[in-house]
Amino acid sequence: MSQILDAYRGLKLGDRWDGAPKVVRWAVMLLVIAFAFYLPYLNILPFAYIRTDLSSTGSDWASVLFLIVVYMIVAVGLNVVIGLAGLLDLGYVGFYALGAYSIALFGSTNSPVVGALQSRFGFSEEWAVPFAVCIPIAIVMSLIAGVFLGAPTLRLRGDYLAIVTLGFGEIIRITARNLDNVTNGAAGITQVPVPPGPEIDGRNFFNTIDAERWYWLALTVLLLIIFLARRLEHSRVGRAWLAIREDEDAASVMGVAGFKFKLWAFAIGATLGGLAGLLFGSKQQYVEPNAFMVNLSFLFVAMVVIGGSGNIFGALLGAFLLTYLPERFRAFVDWRPFAFGVALVAVMILRPQGLVPSRRRAREFEDRRHEAEEAAADV
Amino acid sequence: MDFDNLINGLDRATLDGITRGSIYALVALGYTMVYGVMKLINFAHSEVFMVGTWTVLGVYTVLGATSSSGTGMVIGATLLALIAAMLASAGTALAVERIAYRPLRKKGAPALIFLITGIGCSMVLVEVFGQVLKYFFGPPFGRVLVNVPAVLETKTVFTIPGVDLAISNTRILIIVGAIVMMVALDTFVNKSRLGRGVRAVAQDPDTASLMGVNQERVIMLVFVLGGAMAGVAALLFTIQYDSTKFDIGFIIGLKAFTAAVLGGIGNLRGALVGGLFLGIVEVYASAIWDSSWTNVYAFVVLVVVLMFRPTGILGESLGKARA
Repeated sequence: MSQILDAYRGLKLGDRWDGAPKVVRWAVMLLVIAFAFYLPYLNILPFAYIRTDLSSTGSDWASVLFLIVVYMIVAVGLNVVIGLAGLLDLGYVGFYALGAYSIALFGSTNSPVVGALQSRFGFSEEWAVPFAVCIPIAIVMSLIAGVFLGAPTLRLRGDYLAIVTLGFGEIIRITARNLDNVTNGAAGITQVPVPPGPEIDGRNFFNTIDAERWYWLALTVLLLIIFLARRLEHSRVGRAWLAIREDEDAASVMGVAGFKFKLWAFAIGATLGGLAGLLFGSKQQYVEPNAFMVNLSFLFVAMVVIGGSGNIFGALLGAFLLTYLPERFRAFVDWRPFAFGVALVAVMILRPQGLVPSRRRAREFEDRRHEAEEAAADV
Repeated sequence: MDFDNLINGLDRATLDGITRGSIYALVALGYTMVYGVMKLINFAHSEVFMVGTWTVLGVYTVLGATSSSGTGMVIGATLLALIAAMLASAGTALAVERIAYRPLRKKGAPALIFLITGIGCSMVLVEVFGQVLKYFFGPPFGRVLVNVPAVLETKTVFTIPGVDLAISNTRILIIVGAIVMMVALDTFVNKSRLGRGVRAVAQDPDTASLMGVNQERVIMLVFVLGGAMAGVAALLFTIQYDSTKFDIGFIIGLKAFTAAVLGGIGNLRGALVGGLFLGIVEVYASAIWDSSWTNVYAFVVLVVVLMFRPTGILGESLGKARA
């Protein structure tokens, strides 16, 4: 194992990438993106073995790909909060649920909210808020929730944030379950709207059968978000987050307004979580409270930390592994949580910096390890 | 809003709240001590409690104790269950420390990683009872609610005159038991030599180790003590609720941690205050509004208290207590 890791380190992939000519970088990137779009039709041996629908009990490959990409969006959003700003958010599922519920509450003819709007303004029975309007609603809802949750709690010490956010995730779920006359309670909301598109073969462009179209949509959103997140990471805001993560006191002495930038990170993370939830709810066309259990929050955090917090590609890898592996090994469904727990402990003990940490983060870890060793040697 | 409901049943609700709060407080001790010494939220502590409840069930099953057993059997089984649960919970806590936290401490990993391994350990323990043991031994293990025999039969001992409130033997045992354990622990930490070591490490780990306190041993001691308290809580919980489940730890642990933060994390007396406060608030709020929102009330109280008093009701002071 360690030999493989050493060999991998010897390659110095990151340095080579930075040193390569721009043309090569663009070509490689385009190739990777093209391959990603081709994935639903993957049929070339031996790569086809990664498909999840090889046996009759397997899950639909394109749907799995869609879920992977949605969780990747989540991981990129949570990476801003945990990896860049160093805030532990254990209630991320709350924002994800808010996104899904926003589109369901305003876009579905089945929702009590739309019903109330219909009778209030005398609209017809088929009327609902259009999909395009639901997107800003979802974004604004999760943004507001992020600011409301963050404003009182981000002034507290970091450890308290973990427990308050954990509570927030539960509150959202319990609220969705109990408010029968707003959210239909445990029954959930059906007929969640899909994005508009031309009709093909007598079906909507986005329907429950052709999952690859959903995958392409989510992938496009993901690529856009990765681009924006990269820009953000290298901006003034990104540097401020880094400074806060490293040493908040030192950062504030240098004039970095800690609270303001932490709130920014929280709000941006919340928005991306809501966006991912919106995609998920729209694809399922059905939203119910039990889809947003606390375990999902732990899974999200695990994605970012196992992949290597602070590095977008680490977060993407973590999201891929933790979504793909359980789907690939569906036969062992009862054993999955156990294996997940064991893997979580094992990976973190053997490689606390994550599988592919950012280079800066890896050096920090190396530094801390030396300090710990020296401290131990002194005693 | 139904204030009449609360006023009419105020005595009963208060008793329920104190009972519930006593159990929260005992579990909260584990969180608060570990936090005081290591500045770490031990996420696996909820499962330490859960292991205790299963141990109680195991002892009852092995001894064949049921609700119709004789007096000698009842006392013997309950005492044995208490000792076994304390040992099992303390052992689990120690194992978690060894496996999940010590290797990371050696590497000087940041706090976030400790939380992740804690969550991992918690999942493993939950799944051991929900899946692994079921695979090997079948029921009662598995993902269902399991009955724990009510060995100690609930009897009314006396009635408070005037309000006509019946106090049962199990209530007395739970409340008195919890308070006795807390006083004992508080005395141990404040009066004994080992306790002084715990306070020293909580105050300043580096200076403490210069003064000859073995930091590793203090950390182990803290996990053992916290685990043992969770074991006591587990016995009291099974006496009150007569059941256990593989994932029972999660919500109790969450509440207990909330109680610890409410009272002032790192403060032993704060855990008692926070636990009782939280228990009573939950029961009162459920009586006024709706009991399906119980968990929401708990978190709203937490956020409100943290906003106005960020260090909790009594403040944080495992190390700063009178030396």
